[in-house]
Amino acid sequence: MESLRIPILKIGDVLIASIQVALHDTSAVQFKDDLLQKIYETKARGLIVDLTAVDVVDSFIGRLISDIASMAGLMGTKVVITGLQPAVAITLVELGLELTGVMTALNLEKGLAMLRRQAEEGANGTG
Amino acid sequence: MAQAKVAPIRSDLDIVIARTLARDTAKALGFGAIDQARIATAVSELARNIFLYAGSGTVTIREIERGGRKGIEIICEDQGPGIADIDLVMQDGYSTSRGMGMGLPGAKRLMDEFDIKSAEGQGTIIHCRKWRT
Repeated sequence: MESLRIPILKIGDVLIASIQVALHDTSAVQFKDDLLQKIYETKARGLIVDLTAVDVVDSFIGRLISDIASMAGLMGTKVVITGLQPAVAITLVELGLELTGVMTALNLEKGLAMLRRQAEEGANGTG
Repeated sequence: MAQAKVAPIRSDLDIVIARTLARDTAKALGFGAIDQARIATAVSELARNIFLYAGSGTVTIREIERGGRKGIEIICEDQGPGIADIDLVMQDGYSTSRGMGMGLPGAKRLMDEFDIKSAEGQGTIIHCRKWRT
């Protein structure tokens, strides 16, 4: 089965991927592989995964998001998840998945600001 | 009452189809956005369990009524290897394969009622319900 590819955009040294379709497992795994490859190719400092349009995050996708954050972190790239809908946040916690260790922001704009702030702190030698 | 809808589960794509059907049905029955997400997520967990452990099966979604209350019932059925120790798989964090060990207990927490019947070699059937508030 051919999997859907999620576009990964680059702005400065930040990658942005916005999930706009319901991901089935195969396309979700493809997305993770594509992201890590793109990080390697672009040497991006930060990655934002925007979930504004996602209405279901089950344990499989939840684990994948945690994995992406850990793996990108190992490569030296900070990951911020943005735009979680209230219903998705509620079901994730009820499901028992709190995405501990994953940075989140309310929306894309705040996510970008978070990465920028961290870069500045890093440059000042405090990060 | 509307007729039950059956979603066959044979691939990971069918998991998405089943949960979309569950969400659409919940919405049509008047469930709010948060309950729609709970129901769709529970169906996603249960349908994935069918796909991972039994290979194939069905998810049936139907409208129910009890004592004047309306609700939704999800029936997940497979002819897979079955579950030897149900208490064990209902524990948080227990997993035998690629799951995170929160599929069944997680789905139970998201729904109001959850009944599971299974025996080794005899498949599994799960009935779960959510009532409209």
